[in-house]
This record gives sequence, C-alpha cells and structure tokens, in this order.
Amino acid sequence: MKINVKHVAKLANLKITDEDINKFETQLSEVLQYVDHLQKIDTTGVNETSQVTGLENVMREDIAKQSLTQEEALANAKSKHNGLYQVKGILDNE
Amino acid sequence: MNLRNLTITEAKEGLKNKQFSAVELTQAALDQIKLQDNNLNAFITVTENEALDAAGHADKLITQGEDKPLLGIPIALKDLFSTKGIRTTAASRVLDNYVPQYDATVVTRLKEAGGVIVGKTNCDAWAHGSSGENSDFDPTKNPYNLEYVPGGSSSGSPVAVTSGMSLMATGTDTGGSIRLPASFCNVVGLKPTYGRVSRYGIVAMASSLDSIGHFTKTVADSALVLGITAGHDPLDATTPNHSVPNYNEFLGYDLKGIRIGVPKEYYAQGLDKNMHKLADDALKVLISRGANVIDITLPYSQSAIAVYYIIQTAEVSSNLGRYDGIRYGNDRSYFGDEAKRRIMLGTYVLSAGYYDAYYKKAQQVRTLIVDDFRKAFEQVDAIVAPVSPTPPWKIGAKTDDPLAMYLSDIFTVTANIAGLPGLAVPAGFINGLPSGIQILGPHFSEDKLFKIGYAYEQETQFWKEAPKLNE
Repeated sequence: MKINVKHVAKLANLKITDEDINKFETQLSEVLQYVDHLQKIDTTGVNETSQVTGLENVMREDIAKQSLTQEEALANAKSKHNGLYQVKGILDNE
Repeated sequence: MNLRNLTITEAKEGLKNKQFSAVELTQAALDQIKLQDNNLNAFITVTENEALDAAGHADKLITQGEDKPLLGIPIALKDLFSTKGIRTTAASRVLDNYVPQYDATVVTRLKEAGGVIVGKTNCDAWAHGSSGENSDFDPTKNPYNLEYVPGGSSSGSPVAVTSGMSLMATGTDTGGSIRLPASFCNVVGLKPTYGRVSRYGIVAMASSLDSIGHFTKTVADSALVLGITAGHDPLDATTPNHSVPNYNEFLGYDLKGIRIGVPKEYYAQGLDKNMHKLADDALKVLISRGANVIDITLPYSQSAIAVYYIIQTAEVSSNLGRYDGIRYGNDRSYFGDEAKRRIMLGTYVLSAGYYDAYYKKAQQVRTLIVDDFRKAFEQVDAIVAPVSPTPPWKIGAKTDDPLAMYLSDIFTVTANIAGLPGLAVPAGFINGLPSGIQILGPHFSEDKLFKIGYAYEQETQFWKEAPKLNE
C-alpha cells in the first residue's frame, strides 16, 4: 500500500518539504502494510464500537453559564483587532 | 531532607507531627530539581515562586488544624494538563508560548486537595511516543541509567517521582503512556477506567482512548490520589456518575479467592526471556498470597496494535486540526515529525474511499477485542501480564523506525481499546534497569487492582530500590 504523502499533507494543511516526502512515504507505507492484516479478520455482522463504558446520549440542560471573558479568550492570540481575532483574508489575498 | 525517602503517606505524617514544614518539603523538591534536572530533563517548566507561595499557605492551614488529602504535598503535572497562568506546551513547539486561562478539572481538584505544584513535566510531544524522545524539549533520561529511555509518553513524571523531585506526578495513558514509563522507572502507575477521571482541560490526543492517571511510589499513595481525581465532571460527558469509594479501604495482604488470568498470547514469542521470568516470579508471589492463577486466551490481542494505530491516528488528526496559530500557539509548521506522521496517517484512514477499509474495520475489530476481555472476566477477577515485551532500551535505538517504536505498546494498548483500568507495579530489575507488571481488571474495578497490587508490593518492595544519582 503506497500513500500519497503530498496529497494527504495538503488535506491535513501540513507543509512537507520535498526531501521529507520520501522519508514519510516509506515510514507511513510500512505502517499501513502492518495494519493491513486486519482485512483478513472476518467481521461480518460485528458492530462498530462507539463507546466502551455504557454511557450513551448524555444530555444536560441548555443553560448559559459564565465562561472566559473576551479578554481571556484573546489573551494568547498573536493578531487581534478591536477585541476580535484578526486573520488573513480567506477568499482573496486581502 | 530527600523526597526520595518519603511516600505521600509518610510526608503527611511528617507535616502533621511538625517534623518539617510544607515550605521545607517543597524547598527540598525544588533543590533536587536544581541539582538533578540538568542531567535528567524531567521538567519543562519549574514553578518555584508559585510552589513556595502555595506551600506557605499550606503551612498556615496545617497550623489551623486543617486536614486535606494532599495538604502541603509537592506534586508535578505532565505538561498536557492546562494550568491557569502557567505555560502549558504539550512538549510541542506549537504551544511553546501558550498560557492557559483556566485549570483542567484534575488540576482544580488537586489544588483543592492542598497539592503544591512544583512544575510541568516533559513528555513526548502531544503524548505521541513510547520513549520520551519525541519531546520538542529534548528527551528525558532514565535515572537508573542515563543512557536509557525512561519510557513514554509521560516520561518526566515518573522520573520526577523516582528521583525525589515530587511525591506524585500526573500522566495520560492513551496506549500505555503511564504504565510503560512507570515500569521503566520503578514507580506505580495507574491508568484508570476510561471516564473515571475527567479529561477536561487536558490536551487531547485520541479522545476515545485517553485516560487520566498518575505516578506514585506506592500503591497506597496511588489509591489516595485516585480518590481525589476520580468522579463525575459536568465538563466531560464521558465521566459517569458512579460513586468514588475510599480506595485505601481495600488494601490488604490476603488474596484468597482472587482469580488471576494469564493470557497465553502475552507470554508468547516476542516476550524477552528475562521479562518472562520476571512475570513468572510475580505470579508466584501472587499465588503465595492466596490467588488462583488461571490460563486464559485473548485471541484478538495480536490485532490490537493495528486497531490502535488506525483509531488513534484518526482521532489525533481531528484533535490536532484545531492548532492553526490563530487563537493561541504557533502555526502548523511547528509540528514535529511524529505529529506529522500521525496526522497524515489519520487523515488517510479517514479519507474518502479508505474509511470502510480502515476506520470502520478497526472499530469492528475493536468490538472483538472488547468481547475477548468480557469473556475473560467471566472467568477471572483480574489479568496479570508484563507491561512491555522488553526492558528499557537505549536512547536512539528506535527513533528511526516508527513501527518498532509502536510495537513497544503491544501489551498496553488493549486496555485503552477496551477502556479497562490498569495498574503498573514495579516487579524487579533486569541488568540494573527496572521493569513492571500490569494488573488489568473490568471497568471501574480500580479497588480490586489496588488490592492485588498492594499485596504484591508488600511482599516484594521493589520500589524501595532508589536510582543512584550523582550528588
């Protein structure tokens, strides 16, 4: 099983240097080859696990509570403007 | 004073009887960090001022006759636990300037119990690893031999405990990250049942597998700490409302009537012969305390690493998706190689056309592994096995071979896949390096694990063998 590192890196928003592409391709393909033996296990009619301790559909009242202040929420942002996060333009190169 | 010679229980006695003050105890921890941590690299951040303030406050409360379970006790936190006002890095350069605005639930509870935080411990970045070598802040060393790994991903925490830098340290266990380093550093490590301890405020690795635990020198100390951290938290919907017993009440010497399962798959090819002997010796001790040892089978355990490296990387890729450098931290170019590998693997197994073959298949085989344990626990009360197939390895031995590193977790990942609790207890030394056994039980059977671990510990006392550090 070969993995297209360039494509997957793009999906995951990671920049991979050309020299690293081969290294990752070898390492990841080796792991994929290893996990491939699962295909031999018969799982006909076996449910997928979605929880392990029996808890399902945990609900709570929808009541607003005190949370972080705007100042606290922005405390770690590198770029902010008028109490908001400032980000680069998304649609154009604004 | 040297913290290496004290358990939490003994330190509490000392504080109560005025043999020493909380400030003296904390100062001894900080002195040891100053003396040893250039060599060991167990800490990323040391919080000297905050610690001395907290210890001073603890001394006041002690004088007033206040009794809290960890009052004045120096503790350390894996640097995945959010601490309000104290940098929290997850040992990654992505977060090297991140200062949380709130405490993790466990941190709140430990503070309320009177614990004195001396610092944040080193680990594999994002908890990705089995050796501590994936830290972006350089590897932690094994105090029993500086050329060897301390185990990971929670590498700094057991080193802090075994070297006298704190009396307890927290960890996270997603595939063995508490049990493996506990075993390699001669301390007790608890991975609680999934959901027993709140995950709120702890940097998430793989949300269906992450379990929040701790390192201590002894089983009694471990039981004491779980009594503080365990319980329902409205901020983590996976924590059930089960009551939290006084775990220390279950400790005793007698294991009469306890049925211990020995899975033949764990004692097969691939198990180092010295580890095999160590585990055999441990079983003999348990039998001498009255336990019955029964052969069992966990047929799907051979598939556990494959299941784990699909589910875990899938969850890693979505959990690490939030790191974009906008709200906090640096951008995605700061991820190290191992994080990149896991993000890409996870993205791949979740991507269109591959989802059924990988992710769905893995979640089905996960069900088969869960069933293996369910059937086993109809026959036995607990399972005992080595924590790892080999003793600690040399620094650098597996860093270029990710798959070889992944396979070190072969005996530990199953408990995470099934959400079971596991207690690692020191079981002896191989060529001067520590190794441990793990005791696994059904969901929410921590009381039983402590009981078995305590009886074993009383008989063996391996934890008393301190590392020989340069003074």
